[in-house]
Amino acid sequence: MELVVRNLACARGGLPLLERVNLVLQAGQALVLRGPNGSGKTTLLRTLAGLQPPLDGTLSCPPEACAYAGHADGLKATLTAAENLQFWAAIHGQPSGSVSRALAAMNLSDLAGRPAQALSAGQKRRLGLARLMVTGRWLWLLDEPTVSLDAASVALFAGVVRAHLAQGGAALIATHIDLGLEGAEELQLAPFRAAPRAPAGFDEAFL
Amino acid sequence: MSALLLRDLRLALRAGGGFGLGLGFFLILAVLVPLGVGPNPATLALIAPGILWVGALLACLLSLDRLFALDFEDGSLDLLATAPIPLEGVVAIKALAHWLTTGLPLVLVAPLLGLLLNLPAPAYGWLVLSLLLGTPALSVIGAFGAALTVGLKRGGLLLSLLVLPLYMPTLIFGSELVSRGAQGLPVGTALALLAGITTGACALLPFAAAQALRINLR
Repeated sequence: MELVVRNLACARGGLPLLERVNLVLQAGQALVLRGPNGSGKTTLLRTLAGLQPPLDGTLSCPPEACAYAGHADGLKATLTAAENLQFWAAIHGQPSGSVSRALAAMNLSDLAGRPAQALSAGQKRRLGLARLMVTGRWLWLLDEPTVSLDAASVALFAGVVRAHLAQGGAALIATHIDLGLEGAEELQLAPFRAAPRAPAGFDEAFL
Repeated sequence: MSALLLRDLRLALRAGGGFGLGLGFFLILAVLVPLGVGPNPATLALIAPGILWVGALLACLLSLDRLFALDFEDGSLDLLATAPIPLEGVVAIKALAHWLTTGLPLVLVAPLLGLLLNLPAPAYGWLVLSLLLGTPALSVIGAFGAALTVGLKRGGLLLSLLVLPLYMPTLIFGSELVSRGAQGLPVGTALALLAGITTGACALLPFAAAQALRINLR
């Protein structure tokens, strides 16, 4: 399994943001996306996840192989932590045993029966990240996964990513901090910024 | 898919899920109309089919803007769009969950409210049948409207404006079916058209709604 991105261009809000992006990600590798705010990290990840079509270029990896974790955790406030994960495990056709493993890995076992609305911001984030482990997908697309996590939780999460890589998974991580992943390559997005150009037509903003 | 249906039903029944909003509205309307129109049994019997159908339609409309907006706000719509189930299936299941929590209770409580409005005795069966056939179309058409307006702040007004014209055929044939049933006239045409609108909407609109969602998620 590998992700090969060739000559990718993607847009945000109808305006081209990135172009000529090339990257290769093998099983077992992690790639850290770097760039200032607004440089297109989220746009690139959403394009790879299949949430928006690329303007140009090719992706070797079908969206079905990717598990996307964006800024929002996708938790339902009135469901308990375990129920939230059980739902995503069922949607992805994973056995329910994966739920308790994911909760344990993110140190949430004690909070399994608590409604998501009663969790702190960091605990919600950990629950959102635990969702990745019940998707059974090999490529994790992580958009600033460490927001509102404390240092111990960041280390915990880095361990989870390391375990995922060791099992033949891969991760593409947009982050501003050092996760402490050994051997992870970095990709600066700033050189791929698209040259400004006028939109081709009025309709393009709506299509 | 059954996991999504179970989750939506569970969310609707838990605190703040909005279950009973449409039912409460329907009840209030049926109680207030006799007070506003006056207690003349003949007048009430004449307007009862129309009032009950308009009430059911507006009650359905009340909870529509939450159908996709809540999932959009907390990010689960993005995750559902990348999940292994097709987005068309997601739309169909969410419309079904909306019908089970809004449409079906209306169908069940409508005969009771028919009593308050002095609905003629032969019309009760037709009232239940017409709502049973018509309310699924209201949920599916509503899901399409909700998918079109999902990214908009306060999209409820636009949603109502988009959806109401699409609701009109269902309303016309639904209340016509009950009126004709009450007078003992043949109901075949209204029945066939009502069923046709519902089956057509259920077959086609999930695809349109899924496409609208894909565009709104970009």
